Amino acid sequence: MTSLFEEVPTSVDADVPTTRVELKLNGETRAAQIEPRLLLAHLIRNGFQLTGTHTGCDTTNCGACTVLFDGQPVKSCTMFAVQANGHEVTTVEGMATASELHPVQEGFKDEHGLQCGFCTPGMMLSAKALLDENPNPTEDEVRWALSGNLCRCTGYQNIVKAVLWAAEKMRQDGSAGDEA
Amino acid sequence: MALDEIKIGGLGASRRRVEDNRFIRGKGNYVDDVVLPGMLHMEILRSPLAHARIKSIDTSAAYAIPGVRMVMTGEMMAARNLAWMPTLSYDTQAVLATDKVRFQGQEVAAVIADDPYIAKDGCEAIIVDYEPLDPIVNPEQAVAADAPLIRDDKVNQNDNVVFDWEVGDREGTDRAFAEADVVSKIKLHYPRSHPSPIESCGSIADFDRSTSKLTVYMTSQAPHIVRAAVAMVAELPEHMIRIIAPDLGGGFGNKVPVYPGYVISILASILLERPVKWIEDKTGNLISTGFGRDVYLDGELALRNDGKILGVRMNTVSDHGAFFADAQPSKFKIGLLHSAFACYDIPTAYLTNRGVYTNKSPGGVAYRCSFRVTEAMFFQERMVQAAADELGMDQAEFRRVNLVKDDDFPKRTPFGFLTDSGQYEKCLQLGLDAIGYDDFLKQKEEAKKKGRLLGIGISTMTEPLGAGNSREYDILGIKMFDSAELRVHMTGKAILRTGAKTQGQGHETTWAQIVAHELGIPAEDIVVEEGDTDTAPFGMGTYASRSTPVAGAAVSMVSRKIRAKARKIAAHLLEVSDEDIEWELGRFYVRGAHDRGVTIQECAMAAYSNVPDGLEPGLENNAYYDPPNLTWPFACYIATVEVDPQTGVWDVLRLVAVDDCGVRINPMIVEGQIMGGLTEAYAMANMQFITFDEDGNCVGSNYMDYLLPTAWETPGFELHEVVTPCPHHPIGAKGIGECATVGGPAAFVNAVMDAVKDTGVRNIDMPLLPDRVYEALQTGQDVSGAPPVRNR
Ligand code: FES
Ligand code: FES
Repeated sequence: MTSLFEEVPTSVDADVPTTRVELKLNGETRAAQIEPRLLLAHLIRNGFQLTGTHTGCDTTNCGACTVLFDGQPVKSCTMFAVQANGHEVTTVEGMATASELHPVQEGFKDEHGLQCGFCTPGMMLSAKALLDENPNPTEDEVRWALSGNLCRCTGYQNIVKAVLWAAEKMRQDGSAGDEA
Repeated sequence: MALDEIKIGGLGASRRRVEDNRFIRGKGNYVDDVVLPGMLHMEILRSPLAHARIKSIDTSAAYAIPGVRMVMTGEMMAARNLAWMPTLSYDTQAVLATDKVRFQGQEVAAVIADDPYIAKDGCEAIIVDYEPLDPIVNPEQAVAADAPLIRDDKVNQNDNVVFDWEVGDREGTDRAFAEADVVSKIKLHYPRSHPSPIESCGSIADFDRSTSKLTVYMTSQAPHIVRAAVAMVAELPEHMIRIIAPDLGGGFGNKVPVYPGYVISILASILLERPVKWIEDKTGNLISTGFGRDVYLDGELALRNDGKILGVRMNTVSDHGAFFADAQPSKFKIGLLHSAFACYDIPTAYLTNRGVYTNKSPGGVAYRCSFRVTEAMFFQERMVQAAADELGMDQAEFRRVNLVKDDDFPKRTPFGFLTDSGQYEKCLQLGLDAIGYDDFLKQKEEAKKKGRLLGIGISTMTEPLGAGNSREYDILGIKMFDSAELRVHMTGKAILRTGAKTQGQGHETTWAQIVAHELGIPAEDIVVEEGDTDTAPFGMGTYASRSTPVAGAAVSMVSRKIRAKARKIAAHLLEVSDEDIEWELGRFYVRGAHDRGVTIQECAMAAYSNVPDGLEPGLENNAYYDPPNLTWPFACYIATVEVDPQTGVWDVLRLVAVDDCGVRINPMIVEGQIMGGLTEAYAMANMQFITFDEDGNCVGSNYMDYLLPTAWETPGFELHEVVTPCPHHPIGAKGIGECATVGGPAAFVNAVMDAVKDTGVRNIDMPLLPDRVYEALQTGQDVSGAPPVRNR
């Protein structure tokens, strides 16, 4: 990114080393100069201002921060941003195209798979990862695939329905199994 | 032609939610998503000890870190008279500790820095010298004569008792017990739990010296109460305070109180004249913010041999932690615990409650319930099952004998509430039929022969939802009504604002449906806004299932005011008198001439372009609604389980839910609320609790120790409905958000207790962890879940 002006904080500790990280974020190459201790979730949220990736626990338990890392769901609160160097990361903002929602997104809305919406981005990315590998999952397979994502509002039943709805739609559209 | 109400998204439409359009795209706007120019970040240092005197705090190393802007301590707060703040229950709570810390996780200092990582570094560099004191986590030990005094900051506080309270008819109840054939007794603990929304608490305070205006983005379920509290605590003029609750990542009662973090961030912003963001981490949320439950019961029922309950006696102890900070109506010390037994026809009842201070976090919030109603209904249904067992009576039949009959309404409950409607037996029967009650009992007997343990548990209850009326319900003296403001624009589109605050309940969708029902304006033409105190009308917020009963009623009422004015405009446009105008959904017409009519949209246009003489232009109004009574939904939950005698693990075979919440505005959303509530009920019965070791360390301070069910464990739910409209609500609706959390736990626990009944075990305290169930099976003894007594 270029800009005519970038303010540099005066307080920065000169001894703190920074490093460059470059990754493909939702299909676009992005780079940043960061402190090595910066977590991936914070790079995405605070650095690149994609706030759809939420942090609920910071301890790898809730899954609100789930993103796809080279297609695999990972909890971005427990990865350093530097680990993403040279990799592909997909966040909720990368699920829909300009004109079309991803079937998982449609399914969540149609089956009332969300209430407060806080767990939803992570939940949907875990679901997408499942359907990319297994276009025709059973209810148990869906429940197992989502068991790293906590939801306090819905009781999961409608989330499961939403994922099965999306699976059905993707099979009909012939988009199942395609790497998006 | 009248409109098709379902097509325009009116009452009864399972309309897909409008808020989802942003949530599924990751475009929600939660507090942590808000970024203000020049914003600083705050982190709180918490006490590692449950009870200790603070000897000194050294902040110099923190100040030495580049990027640290300010370190705040209790001393700094005290200099501004802000070290302590009032709670919602007329006690005081430390904002930052000055003298002592009184629970593990208490706020001791705060660091404000350029980024959150530096703020955390700053916290780690602070050196606090503590002198450890004896912590107490068991309430019985807390009231022992030699117990150390926890609240030595309070004048005239010589022990650890917060209050003693009683309600009901003591003598009448004594008489009932004297006349009883059988007295059934049970002791229970409803463990401490935490609402734990996935989003923790947070705030961004932004004080602008040039305008003297303070804007605070805050995770609040009740922004107007916060504005009033900030005005009083910080002594700022109320019109210069703007509280904005943006999207909330769940609340469940946890986001009703005013927390120290909010107050500290506000003072930091005032002192630094910069926006200050505080985002609490999960551990901070779990160990310091409003918990739920933590009540002990010693309960007795006076019974006649034929199963009739003659009287109820409940002696209870509640553990409030270090500060009495319950969010509840001020008239009742222990919320609506005395709503117990409201669905049963019982002549007399008596309840005592002793509130106790311990070295635990403060709170006692209404965790997905209407102020202690969850404890009330759990105690009730466990007492009912114990009584049926004592009499050797079938648990369904025992309930049938005692349930209030359909034509008994209005009916006083044993503690004096007035219930007004319901079809209790019908709900029970529907539940029994759905689960196949008689068949299951046979199956259970068959299974027993093979050494398998099956059980069935029932929970039936009606609960008081939707505080007020304002005669009886207030928080800190502020009456519990609610409000709505509706502005219909020229083209017939509209904006609606209410004093409630959605946290996932879907108000943006359902409120528009009520307007559509009242005015015939399609729901998609109505935008709904809540949570900004500068724009929303004054209301008490969303908790205690009060949105639909109170704010939802206000939405109806304001729509009717708009309709009344539109009628005058219609008469003018149709050139007839008011009395000759008839209404059908979306349209006024001339009586006797159905085809001569004008739509509500045409009236809206005329309100701005062609008003009759003597009528004010415009089509806007507001309504403040003070309900005449609470609403009384009824529920019957039935669970079947299998307990593994080898391990103590139990699985839910089926869960049938019958809910009667009156008229359903959006059935899809209602069912979503019920399933969410059932999951929390299952969680509390099975795994979710907060306890402490004898040193006062919180066990349950993160999601590895505080277990929440995932999609994998959570059982499937089968939902059924009965509709008994609320007689006083404008559209006949009752509260629903919390019924399943309130009534659900007893169904699961009763089912497990039914499965292990032959061993002689009468109670295992929640959660029914495998080791507790296993212990009970091995020993044949009850298993208590009370926290440890410290050896001193
Ligand atoms: S925030 Fe990453 S798992 Fe909870
Ligand atoms: S929708 Fe609220 S946490 Fe899942």
